[in-house]
Amino acid sequence: MTPPPGSLLAAENLRKAYGPTVALDGAEFSIHPGEVVAVMGPSGSGKSTLLHCLAGIVPPDSGSITYDGRELAGMSDARRSALRRSEFGFVFQFGQLVPELTCVENVALPLRLNGASRKEAERAALTWMERLEVDGLKGKRPGEVSGGQGQRVAVARALVTGPRVLFADEPTGALDSLNGERVMELLTDAARSTNAAVVLVTHEARVAAYSDREIVVRDGRSRDMERAI
Amino acid sequence: MSIGHTLLGLLESGPRHGYDLKRAFDEKFGHDRPLHYGQVYSTMSRLLKHGLVEVDGIEAGGGPERKRYAITDAGVTDVERWLATPEKPEEYLQSTLYTKVVLALLTHRNAADILDTQRSEHLRSMRILTDRKRKGDLADQLICDHALFHLEADLRWLELTAARLDKLREAVAR
Amino acid sequence: MNVRQWSRDLGLGIRFAFSGGREGWVRMVLTAVGVGLGVTLLLLTTALPNVLAARDQRGSARQDLTYGAAVPPKGDNTVLVGMSATEWHDKDVRGRLLQPEGPRAPLPPGVDRFPAKGEMVVSPALKELLASDGGKLLRERLPDRIVDTIDEPGLVGSQELAYYAGADDLVASENSSRVVRLTAFGEPHPTTTEQPDPVLILLTLVVFVVLLTPVAVFIAAAVRFGGERRDRRLAALRLVGSDSRMTRRIAAGEALAGALLGLAVGTVFFLIGRQVAGSVEVMGESFFPSYVDPSPALALLVAVAVPAAAVLVTLLAMRGVVVEPLGVVRTAKQARRRLWWRLLLPLAGLGMLYPMIGNGRGHGDFNQYLVIGGVLLLLVGVTALLPWLVEAVVARLGSGAVSWQLAVRRLQLSSGTAARMVNGIAVAVAGAIALQMLFAGVESQYTRSTGRDPQRASMEIDLSDRSQVAVAAREFARTEGVKASVAISSGGFGDRRRDPATSAGITVGDCTALRELAHLPSCRDGDVFLVPGTDDDAAQQALQRPGRHGFIDPTYEGGERGREVAWTVPAGLRKVTARRDALQSSVSGLLLTPSALPARAAPTLYHQVYVRLDPSVPDANEHVRNTAAHVDRLANAWSLSPTLTSVKFTSLRTGLFIGAVCVLALIGASLLVSQLEQLRERRKLLSSLVAFGTRRRTLGLSVLWQTALPIALGLLLASTVGLALGAVLLKMAATPVTVDWASVLSLAGAGAAVVLAVTLLSLPPLIRLMRPEGLRTE
Repeated sequence: MTPPPGSLLAAENLRKAYGPTVALDGAEFSIHPGEVVAVMGPSGSGKSTLLHCLAGIVPPDSGSITYDGRELAGMSDARRSALRRSEFGFVFQFGQLVPELTCVENVALPLRLNGASRKEAERAALTWMERLEVDGLKGKRPGEVSGGQGQRVAVARALVTGPRVLFADEPTGALDSLNGERVMELLTDAARSTNAAVVLVTHEARVAAYSDREIVVRDGRSRDMERAI
Repeated sequence: MSIGHTLLGLLESGPRHGYDLKRAFDEKFGHDRPLHYGQVYSTMSRLLKHGLVEVDGIEAGGGPERKRYAITDAGVTDVERWLATPEKPEEYLQSTLYTKVVLALLTHRNAADILDTQRSEHLRSMRILTDRKRKGDLADQLICDHALFHLEADLRWLELTAARLDKLREAVAR
Repeated sequence: MNVRQWSRDLGLGIRFAFSGGREGWVRMVLTAVGVGLGVTLLLLTTALPNVLAARDQRGSARQDLTYGAAVPPKGDNTVLVGMSATEWHDKDVRGRLLQPEGPRAPLPPGVDRFPAKGEMVVSPALKELLASDGGKLLRERLPDRIVDTIDEPGLVGSQELAYYAGADDLVASENSSRVVRLTAFGEPHPTTTEQPDPVLILLTLVVFVVLLTPVAVFIAAAVRFGGERRDRRLAALRLVGSDSRMTRRIAAGEALAGALLGLAVGTVFFLIGRQVAGSVEVMGESFFPSYVDPSPALALLVAVAVPAAAVLVTLLAMRGVVVEPLGVVRTAKQARRRLWWRLLLPLAGLGMLYPMIGNGRGHGDFNQYLVIGGVLLLLVGVTALLPWLVEAVVARLGSGAVSWQLAVRRLQLSSGTAARMVNGIAVAVAGAIALQMLFAGVESQYTRSTGRDPQRASMEIDLSDRSQVAVAAREFARTEGVKASVAISSGGFGDRRRDPATSAGITVGDCTALRELAHLPSCRDGDVFLVPGTDDDAAQQALQRPGRHGFIDPTYEGGERGREVAWTVPAGLRKVTARRDALQSSVSGLLLTPSALPARAAPTLYHQVYVRLDPSVPDANEHVRNTAAHVDRLANAWSLSPTLTSVKFTSLRTGLFIGAVCVLALIGASLLVSQLEQLRERRKLLSSLVAFGTRRRTLGLSVLWQTALPIALGLLLASTVGLALGAVLLKMAATPVTVDWASVLSLAGAGAAVVLAVTLLSLPPLIRLMRPEGLRTE
């Protein structure tokens, strides 16, 4: 089976085990540019592992992952890291902002990792912080802002490099519904405006409702609901 | 909920008398609202007319006429189509879904697929509501939110049922 | 606040410490090992006086030098002891020849029976050496059959090289200390105690303070391991209703548990270390495990002080922390650290030392309390100043690369933690620098020049009076690795047969030998020369005039009868001047070529052979020693070096070296432990940083900066304080202040090496923590 035509990121027959625990057992996935795909499923079903594999954080035991025509599974760690720095963005549930750095420094971090100067990185960071309505927090440290604000800072950080794929793992998991929805609105709006694809891992239907379609992961196998029908 | 499809599904495991069908229905799904025998009779005649069931044989004797019904191939296809078609998301639809899941389990079909399909349908509705909400004013938002929360409750039920399918299979088999 | 409440809360804390699950245990073990290492060092230090005393005791119990006391008459309870010491690769070998003169002859300690001629009793270390391949040359020198080993009471250290060999040809003589007759082994005058040298005491005191302060700093840091996880537990306690004071005591109880366990661990480490210490040798010093025996009072002090300190430190540390039911708040915006009181500590220290400046050796003892107090305050001042310095510097650092930015920001947020981590190293380095300066400065006073030039003669062999010097000289000349050798003999010449009023030295050697002593215009066998002494009086000048009669080897009152060989100063005597670089120091008197000496006088002379070695021949000096033992078992052969360091001084320096190594290792371990703990607490953050593509190098570098920055500052401060302390101490010892930059740099380098080692060792766990598995929430 070849990846669906036009897909930006696609995976076939992914298998991944952590010791005796089988996390993925033949999962499939594909996403087009500008598409928001929710990955749903009960906890422990392998959603996060699927995301980690797709993002090149964890190499799968077997199977193929193609990003923009390139095979990800065979890439060296350094090349995958470089890809993550320049083409991908990440938002996690919590524990992702560096507590010592100010918010604007946190947002600027990926740009600086790519070699941008501090000034230009922080200027770009501020633009994104404005779009996510957190530019007022630039001098604050993550410990001094609320959960929703912190998560918006994290979204700004994920988008600052202009990624083509944004990976979000339970981005609203630690937020109340109002804050969660606001973060989702900002996230999807921002992603759509840059034509970035979003892989959204969530177990919440109301968060998944911000997606264009969903795939369900159960016992390490995925089911693409659109293609199934 | 469709009594016709339910009775058809019950027939899939083998030919039954009308009275047996009523009893099986009451036992599995009737709980607080048992079926009138008249309902069974009229439903069966409709199904006969559409060729979804056939009369397997008639037992003569005292009391009411005792016809034995059997499902036809067209009937099986009809049950299958019904099970695969997600219900329109609306309030209090879990009894239909429950029936579908139990029937799928009884007829050894994939019950998880039914739940997934239904979830997908729900999400479709939720997407539309979410989209409306984003574009609308506060009143729109509040109205949409109400619907969204209800749909979300359904979805939670779907998740929970999916997680308990194995237990349900045991219970149904008994 | 009553005792019951205290003990209840402390007990509760102890229970929590033991029931904290896996994480709790890890923390307990870390604390226990940390405190344990400190306790080990403390116990070893408290045992040090006993080690020295035990060594002294053993040494004096086998003492066989009579220091010129009258030789007792031969009897059935006497033994003749011949001194037959040698060296093996710069290690002393204590050798004695034993010749019992009767059935009741005393045995030296540790020896069960007298070895017969051709037999010897050796120390275990020597036995092992002789049996090894590397000891072949030495075996040639000591060919006797080994019949037994010397037991522990006869040795001062487990690695000591010593032997007793049997002999039957020893002759006691008052004129020589090579052979003595003893009725008992042991110090004949054990009560004579030397007046302790005040400067040596100053050095000893400072060594102790310098070694123990970092240990205390370290223990204080160790009981605070795992602070953040503990905070969460304490918050939970507040939630279920304990008040803030109870909480503090419970926290102290947890620290107490760690300290108590640490005490146990320390005791075990100490016992292991004691055994290990028995089998190692540092700079030629070794001892027996049984010596390492802490005095009960000091051990008790350690046992009480360590847990008490743990409780106290925790209570103090908890003062800046507000434990609320929903979490722990470190007094949010901490007041900027103030400089003035931090400066007071070292200034007070200087103030305590200042009055003793210029005391030196001549003005009585140093006030021990002032010395300890002053040094302690100066060193503690380092720990007080460092947090301020780190905070002040880090706050001004701009941001550079990402790794630098990460490190600087982290330090800005918690500069106190960083400073605490390096406090130990800073104190140790400051103290060590001061001591090194003191040592280097004072060394000149304890190192006397021997006036020897190893370029001209590499070894000197003093033959015992019996040997045939001509034969010996030929043997040495033939020895492997010897380039040249000369024999020089010396004796005395008096104006009278008995109890001469005036005497002069005579030196006998062939022309080659005499040319090594004086500038000779020409020389033939039979010539006699005179080197006038600078302070010869008229009588002495008269004695050394041609035609003057006198006697070689006259008899002195109370001594053995000399040979009293009549001799006349010959007419052909020529005056010559001594070489400045003569083989022997202070050459003066009559120089005789061999045939100018009456044959009868030859046996009265002492003979020395000087040997120049070929540096390219390996073990040349060992070959020479073999020849020396071969021609004369009582010969003394030693390598010449331009200086000689006082023995006491050497051992003190050795002690400092061992201690500094232990302290640096200890602090390195503690740094590593806190580093790992910090990394573990940040695993989720690290994983997410890696997820968005952060290079491992960047994170590794930021860890390096994070350690290196505070350490660099710490070393800077330590060097400043160390140099100041060193200068003051040198002034106290009335010694010119010179800075031994080499040692400052090497100590700073050692500190830097610790940083590097810690960073390198924390890299593997860092890389493991950066694995994406850390992202998994399950």
